[in-house]
Amino acid sequence: MDLTLKIWRQKNSQAKGKIETYPISDISEDSSFLEMIDVLNSNIIHEGGEPVAFDHDCREGICGMCSMYINGQAHGPMRGTTTCQLHMRSFKDGETIYIEPFRSGSMPVIKDLVVDRSAFDRIQQAGGFVSVNTSGNTQDANAVPIPKANADKAFDAAACIGCAACVATCKNSSAMLFVAAKVSQYSYLPQGEVEAKDRVVNMVNQMDKEGFGNCTNTGACEVECPKGISLEYIARMNREYISATVSSEK
Amino acid sequence: MKLSSIVRKLIMALSGLFLIIFLITHLVINSFTLASSKELFNDAAHFMATNPVIYLMQYVLALGFIIHIGMGIKLTLQNRKARPEKYAFNQSSKNADLSSRSMIISGGLVIVFLILHLRDYFYEIKFVGLPEGTTDYDLVVNLFSSPIYTGVYVISFIVLGFHLNHGFKSAFQSVGANHKKYNSAIKVAGTAYSILISLGFSTIALVHFINQYSFN
Repeated sequence: MDLTLKIWRQKNSQAKGKIETYPISDISEDSSFLEMIDVLNSNIIHEGGEPVAFDHDCREGICGMCSMYINGQAHGPMRGTTTCQLHMRSFKDGETIYIEPFRSGSMPVIKDLVVDRSAFDRIQQAGGFVSVNTSGNTQDANAVPIPKANADKAFDAAACIGCAACVATCKNSSAMLFVAAKVSQYSYLPQGEVEAKDRVVNMVNQMDKEGFGNCTNTGACEVECPKGISLEYIARMNREYISATVSSEK
Repeated sequence: MKLSSIVRKLIMALSGLFLIIFLITHLVINSFTLASSKELFNDAAHFMATNPVIYLMQYVLALGFIIHIGMGIKLTLQNRKARPEKYAFNQSSKNADLSSRSMIISGGLVIVFLILHLRDYFYEIKFVGLPEGTTDYDLVVNLFSSPIYTGVYVISFIVLGFHLNHGFKSAFQSVGANHKKYNSAIKVAGTAYSILISLGFSTIALVHFINQYSFN
């Protein structure tokens, strides 16, 4: 396949970036999108240029590191996949492909296609955990009965890999789908219920503090989420937040 | 006091739902102009203007509009600020429908109509006073005799229907009412409601516009 790539190049977080054009040829349609970028980088290095910086780690769709806004869509045109799971057969020979970093004021570009997603880490630190004291002993996993339906819902929420496709896609750059998934993965379970009120309030407050936009229920996040996290979790978090704010004694 | 994003959305949803109920009341009263006797509408208009509860509700309604509009503008400004650098190439039509992406535009157009509407009716009746011998009914029918006025009116209600199509179901999501047993019913009800409002108000206007040409 021969392609024309239009890639966002930005030297560092302070520099002004711009789109640059790179022609690339002889790409196998069986190669993954990131392998195609690897080939491009190898060509650039051979020519003495600066390779395109991009995030990646596991390359099997579970780490949440790869990002990229490909042809106007987070993680590219395939539904339910991350960029690393996207293959070149999803594109046509001779096609022009736009590759941009995920854009959000709360996730500034560090270099080229790499963005700083530590805002998500700070939201997690605000409440995305369960406080336990095991006193050195491993607890019996089956000691606490959990309804199967709740375990399934919690698991579906926990499928969120924190890649930020929801933020990148949302016209308001809202992080509600991510925060809703992280709130719900605990609050559906008895272990997480204990701290549920504080968790939802603290995580939502941190999300607001980071400067993410407000959710206007367009549903774009749900469509683009590589893990198919449902909008249902956002509605659930709205309920949880309102009830926690009303009933909290703090 | 700084409101959280969820509370801001809740306020938007509740004020929106309040306006949704108001529109139904308004449509019912407008439909009275289609009755064979002018008196039905004039009596209803008189009741709305004089009943103390309705009188009080005028202020609540104005507040509902102010809150909904003010919060809408505030949310939009915050949302714009949340992404300072735009995408060079974005395909938002692939994952969200047009009505959900253009609420501030459809809402803005509805505000323009609302101002004209208040000028033509509320201001005329309340501050100028109707000319001797004319009733509220005559004011309505006279305005709909103009093709431009009727055209603007119909277009405004199509835009409002477009706004409501997203607004209705979005309000339910914001208050946390998302349940797989009821989601499709909410969606259908929202679309049906938007069509009813759009078609209802427009039809009444068009009937009066056409009626002026019948001489029986």
